[in-house]
Amino acid sequence: MTALVHATALVRTFGTRRAVDDLSFSLDAGDCLALFGPNGAGKTTALRLLAGLLKPSSGTATIDGIALPATTARVRVGLISHRVMLYDALTARENLRFTAALYGLAAPEDAVQRALEALRVADRADVPVRALSRGLQQRVAIARAIVHTPDVLLCDEPYTGLDEQGGVALTALLRERREAGAALIVVTHNLQEGLALATQAAIMRNGRFVRHEPSAGVDPLRYAAEYRDLVA
Amino acid sequence: MTDPTRGILVSAWVIARKDLAIEFRTRSAFLSAIVFTLLSIVVFFFAWDPTAVGPLDLAPGVLWVTFTFSGMLGLHRAFAVEARDGAMDALLLAPVPRESIFLGKLLANLAFVLGVQTVALPAVSLFYNLPLGAAALPIAGVLVLASIGLVSVGTLFAGMTANTRMTELLLPVLALPFFIPVVIPAAQSTADLLAGRPLADVFVWLRILLAFDLVFLFACTVAFPFTLED
Repeated sequence: MTALVHATALVRTFGTRRAVDDLSFSLDAGDCLALFGPNGAGKTTALRLLAGLLKPSSGTATIDGIALPATTARVRVGLISHRVMLYDALTARENLRFTAALYGLAAPEDAVQRALEALRVADRADVPVRALSRGLQQRVAIARAIVHTPDVLLCDEPYTGLDEQGGVALTALLRERREAGAALIVVTHNLQEGLALATQAAIMRNGRFVRHEPSAGVDPLRYAAEYRDLVA
Repeated sequence: MTDPTRGILVSAWVIARKDLAIEFRTRSAFLSAIVFTLLSIVVFFFAWDPTAVGPLDLAPGVLWVTFTFSGMLGLHRAFAVEARDGAMDALLLAPVPRESIFLGKLLANLAFVLGVQTVALPAVSLFYNLPLGAAALPIAGVLVLASIGLVSVGTLFAGMTANTRMTELLLPVLALPFFIPVVIPAAQSTADLLAGRPLADVFVWLRILLAFDLVFLFACTVAFPFTLED
């Protein structure tokens, strides 16, 4: 069976610096990889490689066997970044409509409304994004990333700016997507949050996995202590 | 479910519509370009000595110099809206061919430039007391042909310079030399048409414009995806 996400010896260099260095892993449907690491460890670069936004210097990344950045692979990926990736002059609904149109969704209005409701931002959907708070913008950004119900959801510090209600909505959404068979990669600095969602956990440092294991049975407190030792 | 096989033109239209909606909502670049255009025409008018140069000799040059520089304002805007908050990443992640991003931007830029020209042409005609009359329609054709060429090259360079630190400086430095082969036939054919020469006399210039449009529209569309490589 083909893994939904498969990275083989991924390397990405910027000049002489190896931002991602020999990264290999697989995720099946319903898997969630929690990716931890200090700033500059290469987590965001890894996600950009898996989104097809960066070309690897060597190695391959595939989505359900299709090599990135093929259109048929990208269509199955959703990306939540720490940047909101929205047009601030447009409303939340217009931003999502634009995304739905780019993805050629069959019932765009239904998909847009569903995504807005999932993030509990439907009541502010017709307000220009620039008039929303940072937290509400982040909710709209997440709604934009899931409007096409991607099979692979890449989340780069998705809880940034979210209040408690937004965090709860996001956690519920990620669980729901995982149970529906999506593969998730969640980059976060919150170990408890990441481990609670994950089926696999990995720690990155200097572009490499220095630790990668199934997360079942991992004690969060002990993991946190070992994490501090590893990245110190 | 999604249909990733949709055509380049459909995706381009979606992107152009979004850009025009943003410009319609903010009107910042369009109003700036209109004000710049009218001010330029006024400056040229007051610097003009009618006893030395006739209006028919000066007006085409004023018209095309003004169009060329005001168009730059629209070209800057095209990719600035994508750079803010990382929206370009969402566009690149979407299952649309890179060429459709270029064509979408080109369509929006073309609408922007033609919008500016619909204000500038009557203004030049008014200031220089030009008899547009029967020449209005052929001149409109020249404007459209020349705009396609200018916008094709300009959109490519706007995309290339969008992520550089000196985009406002680099874009005109790179694009203006490529605009010369468009501005010369455009100004010449405008002068001929304003002077009342028959359409057959300007065909040679129109053919140059058409050839430039075809070559650069194709070349810039093909080259654009390479400007997005990291």
